[in-house]
Amino acid sequence: MATLNVLVAVCLAYVAFLFGVAFMAERAALRGRVRWLRSPVVYTLSLSIYCTAWTFYGAVGYAARSGLEYLTIYIGPTLIMVGWWWVLRKMVRVGRAQRVTSVADLISSRYGKSTILAILVTTMAVVGTTPYIALQLQSVTLSFAAFADTTELGGAGNSRWTALWLAVGLALFTILFGTRNLDANERHHGVVMAIAVEAVVKLFALLAVGLFVVWGMSGGAGAMLERIDASDIGTWQMQGGRWAGLIFLSAAAFLTLPRMFQVLVVENDNEDHLRLASWAFPTYLMLMSLFVVPIAVAGLTHLPQDANPDLFVLTVPLSQGQTGLAMLSFLGGFSSATSMVIVAAIALSTMVSNHIVMPIWLRVAHGGASMPGDVRTLVLMSRRVAIAVVVLLGYIYYRFSGGGAALAAIGLVAFAGVAQFLPVMLGGLFWRGATRAGAISGLVTGFSVWTWSMFLPSFGSGEILPSHVLDAGPWGLSWLRPHALFGIDGLDPLVHTILWSISLNTLVFVLVSLGSFPSPLERLQGAQFVDVFLHSARPQSWSGGAAQSEDLLVMAQRILGPAEAQALFRRAAAKQGLAGYLPEPEPDFLNELERELSGSVGAATAHAMVGQIVGGASVSVNDLMAVADETAQIMEYSTQLESKSKELTRTARQLREANEKLTALSVQKDAFLSQISHELRTPMTSIRAFSEILRDSDDLKPAEKARYASIIHNEAVRLTRLLDDLLNLSVLESGQINMNMEHGTLRDVLDHAVAAAGGAGILPIRRDPENEEVGLWTDLDRLAQVFINLIANAQKYCDSPQPELRILVKPGLGGGIDVDVVDNGSGIPHDRQEMVFEKFARVSDHDAGGAGLGLAICREIMMRLGGQITYLPGQGGAAFRVSLPAEALATSA
Amino acid sequence: MGKSVLLIEDEPNIVEAISFILSRDGWKVSTHANGQTALARIMETQPDVIILDVMLPGASGYDILSSLRSEPKTRELPVLVLTAHGQDRNREMAEEMGASRFMTKPFSNVDMLEAVRSLVAS
Repeated sequence: MATLNVLVAVCLAYVAFLFGVAFMAERAALRGRVRWLRSPVVYTLSLSIYCTAWTFYGAVGYAARSGLEYLTIYIGPTLIMVGWWWVLRKMVRVGRAQRVTSVADLISSRYGKSTILAILVTTMAVVGTTPYIALQLQSVTLSFAAFADTTELGGAGNSRWTALWLAVGLALFTILFGTRNLDANERHHGVVMAIAVEAVVKLFALLAVGLFVVWGMSGGAGAMLERIDASDIGTWQMQGGRWAGLIFLSAAAFLTLPRMFQVLVVENDNEDHLRLASWAFPTYLMLMSLFVVPIAVAGLTHLPQDANPDLFVLTVPLSQGQTGLAMLSFLGGFSSATSMVIVAAIALSTMVSNHIVMPIWLRVAHGGASMPGDVRTLVLMSRRVAIAVVVLLGYIYYRFSGGGAALAAIGLVAFAGVAQFLPVMLGGLFWRGATRAGAISGLVTGFSVWTWSMFLPSFGSGEILPSHVLDAGPWGLSWLRPHALFGIDGLDPLVHTILWSISLNTLVFVLVSLGSFPSPLERLQGAQFVDVFLHSARPQSWSGGAAQSEDLLVMAQRILGPAEAQALFRRAAAKQGLAGYLPEPEPDFLNELERELSGSVGAATAHAMVGQIVGGASVSVNDLMAVADETAQIMEYSTQLESKSKELTRTARQLREANEKLTALSVQKDAFLSQISHELRTPMTSIRAFSEILRDSDDLKPAEKARYASIIHNEAVRLTRLLDDLLNLSVLESGQINMNMEHGTLRDVLDHAVAAAGGAGILPIRRDPENEEVGLWTDLDRLAQVFINLIANAQKYCDSPQPELRILVKPGLGGGIDVDVVDNGSGIPHDRQEMVFEKFARVSDHDAGGAGLGLAICREIMMRLGGQITYLPGQGGAAFRVSLPAEALATSA
Repeated sequence: MGKSVLLIEDEPNIVEAISFILSRDGWKVSTHANGQTALARIMETQPDVIILDVMLPGASGYDILSSLRSEPKTRELPVLVLTAHGQDRNREMAEEMGASRFMTKPFSNVDMLEAVRSLVAS
């Protein structure tokens, strides 16, 4: 019992010492003396949180059980560190450029600052880390038990209390140093320093035990080697698949474990620190693993068969009565456990508060970023609660898994869980085509497989999954057996899980990425991540806008603290050449502010907060859509305007054309009236002149009187005919005529026309009697009028010495007939042929009594009868063709 | 011996009527029906007065009038323009062209005689 009390006292003293170290480091950091705090050596030592209690105690147990396989756990990280130039450097560069605060932040930031993805990764990280925390609790509890050797007191009850008190103590320490303040860069100088010290302590302890075992117990290196050769451990029992799987797993976990990300990327102060770490950290790992086999061999040789090999580091010195050495060893294990829990809790609490609490708060408190209240308090509170919950979860897992499993097995469960981040992470860093949808699908797939085939069974058969499910699959579906998915049996459970979870994860991630379309912000971020070495960080720009600098300052003060926020704003204002502390909300400044804020609350939340204040200037998909909509609307509107203006132009053109037509009509009407006036005045002149002569002259001879009277008579007849023609034409043109449809033959019509024109005596007419026997169904009188006019024209204008008219009948187009009326005169000059059918278009002014309306009337009549009249050039005289349509022909006469 | 009148008109009945009226008053009347050859006829006959119709075959009365007015020999020659187009713009056009008198058809015989007389007297 005394020993136990001493142990507790030593523990408390050690914790107080760590407290002191952390406190001093914080004070030094406040005074600005960060150089030595941030040296590459401290960075390298802080990486040693990879070596947890699992490594400290478990590696020996591992070696005792499985031989050299424990080495795989060191080979993975070593490969990563040696190959740091390829992956690590890029990850650190991206992390620093984007002010990434956690592995969840990295992934969400890469895939378009996705809140869903951040929540998903955070949840998975918490679940994946829980076994690991349980592992630390278990190892420390075991070590307590071993040391105290309190079997009579002991039992389960005592170790439970030990674990619980340990959990509470770790949570308190973490809360005290992990959430003392809200650092813009999420750096924890005190904690990192404490971890570095712990790294030294655990290495020193393990080396001390190792040296004691080799030289104190076994009589030197030579004797030790002989003993190793004699034992089973020394024999090479490599299982290729399991080794490859373990190396892959430890390499993946080194990159994706939240606590490793915390120290590797978030706490990294200078990319160049990786140079030292790249060889120093593998060296550290090598030293840690150096005496694992000798200790295991010594334990197997000197301790009873039933001794727990996981505690050889402790029990071997104890069995030799080396209490002091054992105490040191205990402190080494204690250091390993506490440093892991502290950093893991800090990392997870940051993720929980940034990616789960803050988004919910932002959503619940509408316009939250500009509402009064101290956001810092909220963030800190949520982190403290998150730390307590994370540690508590570890304790619960410890209790449920019964504390019975080997340390290494629990560690591997956690490794496999967080390894699911690897495809999405590497894809995000190296493949621009990776999309948010792909990332979510891949993660969910991989994590589901891991949960089913590893996490749930890890509680033990019958604890959560009933044993029959483990043996036969759920609902008897044997292909869903957790340890033989898809019917593939006989694989090592670990290799089985890694194989299925990682390959399905990667496959789904790649396929969905290929099949989905990234949002603009995703593509922007994708380019920033993948090409981080090409262009220096400018995550995404704010497009200025109506941001209120005061609001931004109020918000920044609540997150960064008044002093830092005001300093930031004053710097920015000075850079813009402004006095005071309110810079213009230019894109540069907004980007800088968002980066600073994202150091405290994560990229997605910072983006959302600045976005709320800047208001609509964010490049979110919705905003882009809105902008696109607006643009489309404007384009549509302008198209409408354009078409309206086209319509107006068209209307204007139509109006202009109508006006021109009206003007032309008016001019035509004037010309027509003028023509009529002229045509009427000419006969009236003769009538008036001769009637005055007759009236005023008494001395006229009877012959003269008779002649003048007949002139008057003829002119009066001419006048009457002119008026008749005008009325006739007017009626025809207006279309208000009644067609008098009759049956008859063409011969009858022509006979009538010739007779009406004065008979063939005036002008000999040659006819075509056989062809004239055509039955007609039309207005015979009006058709006759056409021929009368044509014959009369020939009588008037045919200038042949022996005038003659031929009337020929031929079949016409479309089943109609053509009647050609041709004289043997000089015909109509070529340039007048076009206009002979116009009103008053007399070919010659040498008038033979016509008013120039005859052919115009003919044209109108033929149009009404459905046919036409045309001039036929080149017939040796004036030639007109009267075409009758088939409809005007009747079969029976 | 009477003064000579050249009547340039293509409507036969009107030519006959005007010829009758002027001849009875003692004028020596010659007639011409074609616009194209009218100028040559004028140069040839050297009339004291010209009665000029506007609508003529071959050339318009206005063309003939402007040719007369551009020629020094005939610039002062009295010309009576006679037309069946009785609108005001026809009168204005004729006067601009240098018509000595303007008459529209139909006309009164007394007016015609008086107009021709006045042209010679002035």
